[in-house]
Amino acid sequence: MVRRVARALIGPGIAAVAAMAISSIALLIAGSNPIDAFQAMWQSIDSTESVVIIINKAVPFYIAGVAVAVGFKMNLFNIGSNGQFILAALIAGWAGAEVSLPAPLHVAFIFLVAIAVGGAWALIAAVLNVTRNVNVVISTIMLNYIAIGLVAFLLSEYLANDENAGLVAQTKPIPPSGQLPSLNRLVELVGFDFAPGVELYGFLPFAVLLGVAYHVLLNRSRFGYDLRLSGINPEAARSAGVNPKRMVLITLFLSGAIAGMIGLPYLIADPNFLKYGDAFPTTIGFTGLGLALLGNNSPIGIAAAALVWSTIERATQTLGPLGIPPEIGRILQGSFLLVAVIVYEVIRRRNAAAAVAAAAAATAAIRPGDPGVPAGAPA
Amino acid sequence: MTVVTTPTFENGPGAPTSVLRTHRWWPVALAVLAVAIMSITRILSGTDDLTSSGTFGAGLRTAAPIALAGLSGLIAERSGTINIGLEGMMVMGTIFAGWWGWEYGPWAALLGGIVGGMLGGLVMSLATTTFGVNHIVAGVAINILAPGIARFMASELFVGAQGGSVTSSPGNSGKMGSFTVPFLSGGDLFGWTTPDVLGWLEDRGWFLVADTAALAKGLTTGVSWDVVITIGLFFAVAYLLWHTPIGLRLRSSGERPSAADSLGVSVHRIRYLGMALSGAFAGLGGAVLVLAANRYQENQVAGRGFLGLATMIFGNWMPLGTAAGAGLFGYAQGITLRANPGDLVNALMLAAAIALAVVTVWMLVERRWQVTAWMVVFTAVTFWAFFAASEPNNQLVFVTPYVVTLLAVSIGAQRLRPPAETGIPWFKGMQ
Amino acid sequence: MESSERAPAGTGTVTPAIELRDIVKRFPGVVANDGVNLTVRPGTIHAIVGENGAGKSTLMKTLYGAHQPDEGTIAVDGSVVHFASPRDAIAAGIGMVFQHFMLAANFTVWENVVLGDEPGTPVALRPAKARARLRELAEQYGLDVDPDAVVDDLGVGEKQRVEILKVLYRGARIVILDEPTAVLVPQEVDELFGSLRELTAQGSTVVFISHKLDEVLRHADAITVIRAGRTVGEVDDPSTVTPRMLAEMMVGAELPTPETRERTVTDVAELRVDRLSVRDDGRSIVDDVSFTIHRGEVVGIAGVEGNGQSELVHAILGLVAADGRVTVGDQDISTMTTQQRRALGVGYIAEDRQKEGLALPFSLWENAALGHQSRPPYGKGPWIDVDGARSQTERIVEDFDVRTPGVDVPILTLSGGNQQKLVVGREMTADPRVLVAAHPTRGVDVGAQALIWDILRRARHDGLATLLVSADLDELIGLSDRLLVMLRGRIVAELDPATVTPADLGSYMTGAALEGGH
Repeated sequence: MVRRVARALIGPGIAAVAAMAISSIALLIAGSNPIDAFQAMWQSIDSTESVVIIINKAVPFYIAGVAVAVGFKMNLFNIGSNGQFILAALIAGWAGAEVSLPAPLHVAFIFLVAIAVGGAWALIAAVLNVTRNVNVVISTIMLNYIAIGLVAFLLSEYLANDENAGLVAQTKPIPPSGQLPSLNRLVELVGFDFAPGVELYGFLPFAVLLGVAYHVLLNRSRFGYDLRLSGINPEAARSAGVNPKRMVLITLFLSGAIAGMIGLPYLIADPNFLKYGDAFPTTIGFTGLGLALLGNNSPIGIAAAALVWSTIERATQTLGPLGIPPEIGRILQGSFLLVAVIVYEVIRRRNAAAAVAAAAAATAAIRPGDPGVPAGAPA
Repeated sequence: MTVVTTPTFENGPGAPTSVLRTHRWWPVALAVLAVAIMSITRILSGTDDLTSSGTFGAGLRTAAPIALAGLSGLIAERSGTINIGLEGMMVMGTIFAGWWGWEYGPWAALLGGIVGGMLGGLVMSLATTTFGVNHIVAGVAINILAPGIARFMASELFVGAQGGSVTSSPGNSGKMGSFTVPFLSGGDLFGWTTPDVLGWLEDRGWFLVADTAALAKGLTTGVSWDVVITIGLFFAVAYLLWHTPIGLRLRSSGERPSAADSLGVSVHRIRYLGMALSGAFAGLGGAVLVLAANRYQENQVAGRGFLGLATMIFGNWMPLGTAAGAGLFGYAQGITLRANPGDLVNALMLAAAIALAVVTVWMLVERRWQVTAWMVVFTAVTFWAFFAASEPNNQLVFVTPYVVTLLAVSIGAQRLRPPAETGIPWFKGMQ
Repeated sequence: MESSERAPAGTGTVTPAIELRDIVKRFPGVVANDGVNLTVRPGTIHAIVGENGAGKSTLMKTLYGAHQPDEGTIAVDGSVVHFASPRDAIAAGIGMVFQHFMLAANFTVWENVVLGDEPGTPVALRPAKARARLRELAEQYGLDVDPDAVVDDLGVGEKQRVEILKVLYRGARIVILDEPTAVLVPQEVDELFGSLRELTAQGSTVVFISHKLDEVLRHADAITVIRAGRTVGEVDDPSTVTPRMLAEMMVGAELPTPETRERTVTDVAELRVDRLSVRDDGRSIVDDVSFTIHRGEVVGIAGVEGNGQSELVHAILGLVAADGRVTVGDQDISTMTTQQRRALGVGYIAEDRQKEGLALPFSLWENAALGHQSRPPYGKGPWIDVDGARSQTERIVEDFDVRTPGVDVPILTLSGGNQQKLVVGREMTADPRVLVAAHPTRGVDVGAQALIWDILRRARHDGLATLLVSADLDELIGLSDRLLVMLRGRIVAELDPATVTPADLGSYMTGAALEGGH
């Protein structure tokens, strides 16, 4: 078990070292001291408040990563997760504020709307692929931009909050019955005491559930088996009775449905938002692509990647006053990702080659007369 | 009794059909048809600015960066690498162009764009060609890394400088000159202002003639040098790919790398070259954006890289088609920058409806019943939209290029002919 | 059909164009060439014949410089040479025409031919020069093809001509063709050999690999027969041999005698194939095939690869579109999906386990579930029964002697033989009614092979109906109750494995018998 964990950490470890090296070079060029920078970064996250903020930020990242990882496992590249996310966030945000239901139902309703919209938008690309052989990458990218236009159009024309006739277009806020309470009270039970103003948002358990569901689906369900098999060897999948078209449709729908959930933490758990508007963060879907790759599409890996990503963001926020460019965080993130995908690929190829060579050597060593091997030519 | 057929998992037209080798005059006929439709629309709707030289000129300026992105994608895919990362390479182009443009002037900006983009191209090629990373994955990584680098560089270079910030560079020192063709468009010839023949024709307002003249005038008036270079590059790339040995080898690396390898061509070196050029063109596209805005601005690229990929597909991986696609999309975007954009957009809807009607008839003639049915629906919707919309949204125009691309790949999937083995990491010994 | 004129039978001491002596080439686990000799006289058409796996392709790759021999020498025109890469071979005047063409479909003929050796300057390609040179070569050697045609539009015969032009353009004096007539129709075959004759008339030397004995005898000036990695026959005067003699050399003087075993064939039909046809682009790859397999019977399909066996297998499994009818028991499965067919009890051992039968990064137990993942013990409703799958796999490992450290390791760490034992085990333990086994012991070590044969025999005893497609004659004759021979998509013969002679079998497989060449 320890060996497995250690093995899994080699790739990210190399990538992390490389990323820090590259960032150090960039810092040196910028005239800053890398050691000071890293020290400052460490200090800024070394507080309960920081940890809470990091976790809060990581939650939508995680959802975004899982959304595309589902597709990646089958070699389906849902680059359009961002479009699915914003469209679902808008419509769920609007619909959630239009109805009034008892608390758990209200939340469930918002969930359902978000999932349905995200899944439906992704389904367009899936149908085009299955019926007209349209490449999923291209169609989802195009749908991304169409979604941007559609969201802007819907927001300005129909869905905006007229009461807030001001400069910013946004939907009505979600009423309290649709909100998720913060987890502070739970945390207090366990013994932590947060300073005022520090809140652990309530979507975290759902994110964890999502990760568990992703793991169970992928590794314990028949559908997950078919999905992974299709990604590894489409021909063997067909021989095994898997219907490729059905797989594309369901998998992309699922991916879009999860992508639709990316906006939910902001809509129902973050008191700073609770509505969809121009201030809404709109590129998390793309970040999710990087996180899935960094996490090698595994539920825990993506979680780690999401935490690392938001840690870097948090850690570099406070660098400005110290004369160190906070943008170094972007360099850290980007170079980490790039080196990681290269290292993962190299490791994958080397492992496969080594295993094949070992198997071939084992075969060559078999002689007639060995136990189980007949002495003469069989007939 | 037939049984289950063989579907594919991911992408693309199954068996590549042969290139659409129809009559040589096909592109010209299509262009004439397009101008005719626009002309009819102008006359019917009374919006003269629809086909004015001013609008065409604006369209050209808007089209240039998109066209360069398309060219970038084209040369990458022709040599075997699917370059999803060219959006990031354009960003690299913008930051270097903004930097050198500020320090040294507009021509340095162009050079900076090339350098920045090329860096991105080479890094991505390292991942895909040498290490065999999946092309989409590598492209995504580049797209995430590049804006980070840009932001970092901006914070180092521009913060503290007059007019600079982390999201914007100080203005370029000096503007790129422009060029107007003498005689035809009234350009200067040794200080003497020549007669503006095309302008005269345009003012007559005659069907098709006036519009064609306006188009020609728009493409030859006040064209800044970087746009001239862009146009020239299209010819250069077409020549390179089809009339030089290195171009033949480039194309073979995307079409059948094993064949090239068996004949002694170094596929890896060729793919690096292809990606270097691809990055350079993308970066140049970024530089053109910087010159148009006179500075670097964060998020300047705004999806033009992906739009370029769309034009490449629209153009069936050919330079001429890509340029046409870029022109189309550039025109659609350029319209929104004119006075009375509402009228123009409305008129454009009418033009679109008429064009869709033409396509519907064409599908009918080709007996593609299913497609015809869909086309009838689209045409009807567009006509309705034209009549119904009083104040059509900018958003609709914004999504037009993307919708058109989606339609094009959905309908024309059979006609599309990407390089057969592009996107496949290739190593020696593969069949 | 007329035979073309031959060069005179070998007399006197002429320096051979090619001379290979004692070539040995080893790969991990197998010795592909074990002392091969080849002597080719200049200006002749020389044929190399042998079955699949005899070592022909390996030999040709050595000659072409794609790899180096472990032992032995190569001599071209009398001088010993050493090829570090194909470029060296090309420089020595050797050109190879592969069985699977290396052509860029979207390019014109001349673009494909001149790639890498383009006429003109680095900044200007000279298509006119290329076209002119191509027309020259075409006229000289009778290889009629339009330099400006797009390769994708060409027929197979024309594409082959382009490949030949490729090597001639680079000055090849020795042209090697690997299975050139595998995909040609009779007309194209005649045209091809007409061109090859033209080549030799002008002083070039031609070597071609084939196992179509009728063609070999009609067109070759000399023949070398390879079996099991060795040269077993050299024929300098083809007029002195008959197809049957050649077939016997190819196949071995003695066929294994099946051990006398009890008759287990019942008269209950389990698998019935009725007028099955698979078409591709107008051609019939499987042409109106019909046969019946009863419970307790093994029907073997013999035939040179590429004659429709793969497509037949795929059609029965529902992996490819087909006309005709397939019945299992009394159920018509012709319109069922693959999943439904397998659920009904059709077991499948694919001919290429790595391509179709396994997911290499998956663990053993995940691979055991492949094809059976929706049924117990591997699956329970929408779930995968991990415990059930693991214990079932452990049973398979035990009963089928799969050498592995455990059932959780990725299957790519196992040797080919052990992988195949797992495949056979998983199919057998799923209690099939019909087993479709394609090359079940290909690439498998001797021990695993013996075990698999044992398993197949026992299953037959227990009432399994088996369709066995194989290129291994030991296997076919040792296991089958009936032998069907497939050639060009049709069943051309039904033979009794106990009494068939090597000459007969070889003749039917290669079409010699049909040509009436006695």
